[in-house]
Amino acid sequence: MAPDSSAAVLAARPAAAPARGSAMKRFARRRSTIAFLMTLPLITVIGGLVAWPAGYAIYLATLNRRQTAFIGLENFDILLESETFRSVIWQSCFFAITAVLLKALVGFWLAHMLHHIPAKGQKIWRGMLLVPWVIPPALSTLGWWWMFDPSYSSINYLINAIGFPSVPWLGEPWWARISVIIVNVWYGAPFFMIMYLAALKSVPDQLYEAAAIDGATGWQGLRHITLPMMQNIISITVLFSLIVTFANYDIVRVLTNGGPRDLTQVFASYAFQVGVLSGNIPRGAAVSLFMFPLLAIIAYFVLRGVNKRNQEMA
Amino acid sequence: MSATARPSEMVPGLGRRIGSLRSERRWALWTAYISLIIAAVVMLAPPLYMLLTSIKTSAEIADPSGNPWLVLNPTWENYAGIIGNPMFRGFFYNSIILTVCVVVITMVISVLAAFALARMKFFGSQVLATGVFLTYLVPDTLLFIPLYQIVGGLGLLNSIWGLVLVYPTLTVPFCTWIMIGYFASIPKELDEAALIDGANWMQMLTKIFIPVALPGIIAATIFAFTVSWAAFVYPTAFITRPDEMPLTIGVVSQLIRGDTFAWGQLMAGALIAALPPVVVYAFLMDYYIAGLTAGATKG
Amino acid sequence: MAQVSLRKIVKEYEGGVQAVKGIDLEIADHEFVVLVGPSGCGKSTTLRMIAGLEEISAGEIDIGGAVVNDVPPRDRDIAMVFQNYALYPHMSVRENMAFGLMLRKFPKAEIDRRVNEAARILDIGMLLDRKPKALSGGQRQRVAMGRAIVRDPKVFLFDEPLSNLDAKLRVQMRTEIKKVHQTVRTTTIYVTHDQVEAMTLADRVVVMNHGVIEQVGPPQELYHHPRTRFVAGFIGSPAMNFIPAKVVERGNGLVLHLPLGTELAVPEHRVARYKAYAGKTVTFGIRPEHLTDTQNVNKPHVAIFNATPEVLEPMGMETLAHIKLGGAEICARLDPLVAASPGVPLPLAADMNNMHLIDDATGLVI
Ligand SMILES: Nc1ncnc2c1ncn2[C@@H]1O[C@H](COP(=O)(O)OP(=O)(O)OP(=O)(O)O)[C@@H](O)[C@H]1O
Ligand SMILES: [Mg+2]
Repeated sequence: MAPDSSAAVLAARPAAAPARGSAMKRFARRRSTIAFLMTLPLITVIGGLVAWPAGYAIYLATLNRRQTAFIGLENFDILLESETFRSVIWQSCFFAITAVLLKALVGFWLAHMLHHIPAKGQKIWRGMLLVPWVIPPALSTLGWWWMFDPSYSSINYLINAIGFPSVPWLGEPWWARISVIIVNVWYGAPFFMIMYLAALKSVPDQLYEAAAIDGATGWQGLRHITLPMMQNIISITVLFSLIVTFANYDIVRVLTNGGPRDLTQVFASYAFQVGVLSGNIPRGAAVSLFMFPLLAIIAYFVLRGVNKRNQEMA
Repeated sequence: MSATARPSEMVPGLGRRIGSLRSERRWALWTAYISLIIAAVVMLAPPLYMLLTSIKTSAEIADPSGNPWLVLNPTWENYAGIIGNPMFRGFFYNSIILTVCVVVITMVISVLAAFALARMKFFGSQVLATGVFLTYLVPDTLLFIPLYQIVGGLGLLNSIWGLVLVYPTLTVPFCTWIMIGYFASIPKELDEAALIDGANWMQMLTKIFIPVALPGIIAATIFAFTVSWAAFVYPTAFITRPDEMPLTIGVVSQLIRGDTFAWGQLMAGALIAALPPVVVYAFLMDYYIAGLTAGATKG
Repeated sequence: MAQVSLRKIVKEYEGGVQAVKGIDLEIADHEFVVLVGPSGCGKSTTLRMIAGLEEISAGEIDIGGAVVNDVPPRDRDIAMVFQNYALYPHMSVRENMAFGLMLRKFPKAEIDRRVNEAARILDIGMLLDRKPKALSGGQRQRVAMGRAIVRDPKVFLFDEPLSNLDAKLRVQMRTEIKKVHQTVRTTTIYVTHDQVEAMTLADRVVVMNHGVIEQVGPPQELYHHPRTRFVAGFIGSPAMNFIPAKVVERGNGLVLHLPLGTELAVPEHRVARYKAYAGKTVTFGIRPEHLTDTQNVNKPHVAIFNATPEVLEPMGMETLAHIKLGGAEICARLDPLVAASPGVPLPLAADMNNMHLIDDATGLVI
């Protein structure tokens, strides 16, 4: 790599050295060329289907409805002034934060419970609990939709059976919001559980034994060993899930389709409605671009967490 | 959690301590099993209810007086009906073509790239690896509008080939990412031994890396398969013609007709559509889970 | 089979670390050469440059009469055994051994013949259909060697092949490697940081330190005639004792003044060699085996002095006595039957025929 350090040798063998230098360079260049060719399809996908569309979205968002004139930030202005869109922002944030928090808690609890039972049975329980994550969410949400059905709700049947009145699941705004969150938590909590379980299993048992000998109670063990050791995986999972939940589309589309009165619209479903269904592509692009700053911030933290993790493991 | 003992219980006499430890353990175990049973009931209830609905007759579904969780006259007629529906078979066929293409494309792209990124340090390889990870964080709902324009510009709206083109954005980044992790965990001496044994780069990849990282390849393949089977945003946006629809959007948009929902057939269709990923999961659970957790534990 | 020459080999890693600083070495055909030195001295780097796994920053490597600087590893016709064996985990032992031949498109029958022959030499015939996972450390080691042998290369390269084995197995495999070399006679370059391995295996030992060669020679020569303080201290176990000493002229002869008033006479045939250092302070070096109890000392040129052991370590066939002499910690080897106890002064015999004096300024043995 450092041909200049061979100055003395170069001087001694003036004829042979330059030829060798270039052969070595050729070898290195050839390796780079092969590597570049191998990554070319990847670069094409990332560049052509992610980076370019992302830039193109910004350009689109500055056009008028028929994409004939540049109108600057007007789309964003109009959106921010609209009551509906402000409710979309609110609903997106409320939905994402509540759902992720619940998923994290439920997942953490279940992972702990799974970790406690004898190893033999863990596989079966884990297998059952992960089922919601395996079914394509658009399809399982269809099942939930049917369970929430106003006249035939099987959930209301159970609620009535224990003596409570029926719940207007998808008909009333707050219940609709809760329904969306329930389905999302049902779908996503198993993922958290699996991640936490993997993290729990990576904490060596000796640490707990050492702590127990030092006199730690179970709670102190959790507080001083489990949580710190899992901190990174918890934060990466939470941040990652925030992105996915924030950008969720399937569940809202199938369950409420934004209703009642657009009160359960999130960014993705609203962008779809404005951009594709109503045909205002630039405005739709503007809606989805509102997700970007938040995603960028989260991505920054995820990346930092991953890097930190890599450094610790190296 | 429930396994905690208050410090005061830990101190006095040995016999008592062992006794309290044992009852403590038993309590912890009870809590665990009760939690898990409740969780399993909640987690499995929706698919179970879908199954129950799918084997009911229409009359039974429409009868509001009975217990919806019971099936009085189980029947296969909904399944027969949905399988006999040529449109549904079309969805299934489209999904298969689409998924097979996407999985093959994804695996070729990501294995090649991951090999180069894990083993052949070259100009910009670090940046590219980070780029892969960032791309993985970009959700499809951020890109579907510009992609709608781009795919439209290529004349591929309403065609599964348009989906074959864009689905790799969902699968390639993550698959590349986990394959980098798997390849990087192969000891460096192994490629050096292969190099000395006379292998070139391609032989090293096909004869050493792919076989040794086979669990990773399987996990990545499963991931690519489940993601493209379940993808919803892109087909919803790009496909409006029923004969080009894959299962997800097909079932959700086409089987729901007006006000008289054929609930039984709808649920039967949804279950059949969900079957392939569930079967893959049932048989390859360990790989599936390895793939899920690889992103966080390997990266 | 071939000879190997290194001419002014330099390796500079990115970031400017010079791991190897201009090495010259001629290795003859059939020779078994061991590179030995402390951790980080550049042994592996040198070996890997010979293998073609690292680029050579400057200098030339010549294998069998051809400069191979630009030749990729697969065309150098070498075989290498790695510390962690690097067996292909997905292949059976037979496939592992056959892999290199297969890539070189050898006919099937020839591959089988060679694999079976190597398996016979290494006594691993019954393991051929197992996967590496199902082998013990020693067996993996044999397979790794088998993979090298079947190739029938010009040169064998070994990078600390025994350091992952337990002590007993290591001794056994050491003998095994020596036997294999006596059978196949392939030129061998062997890297280790264990000087016992180096001494027992090598035709010639190359002692490296900080990227340069300190000394090259047959094991006995290195042991008896180290050229530098580093070699003197590195070869031999327990290590040579180093004691600061003043050379003093007395009559026609020389005497060494050691700490605590100890005086040792220099044998007369060495006087001429050390005359120039009279009046100067040097380091006196003597191996523990030449510092013994006074039981059988009717040899000439033995100097007797008293010293007080601090710690005694009975080893069975001998007892090691650790003694503080001024600032220096020294070690003597006593007959286990000698009655000695810590803190009790004891007469010691220094065999001055095997003494060394080291010039502190240059680090060279005088
Ligand atoms: N890839 C590299 N980049 C930078 N420096 C390196 C690299 N590999 C080795 N070095 C440095 O080069 C020097 C020599 O390393 P080398 O591996 O040859 O030592 P060694 O003699 O084999 O030691 P050991 O007995 O520990 O294996 C060390 O200081 C090491 O830190
Ligand atoms: Mg080394």
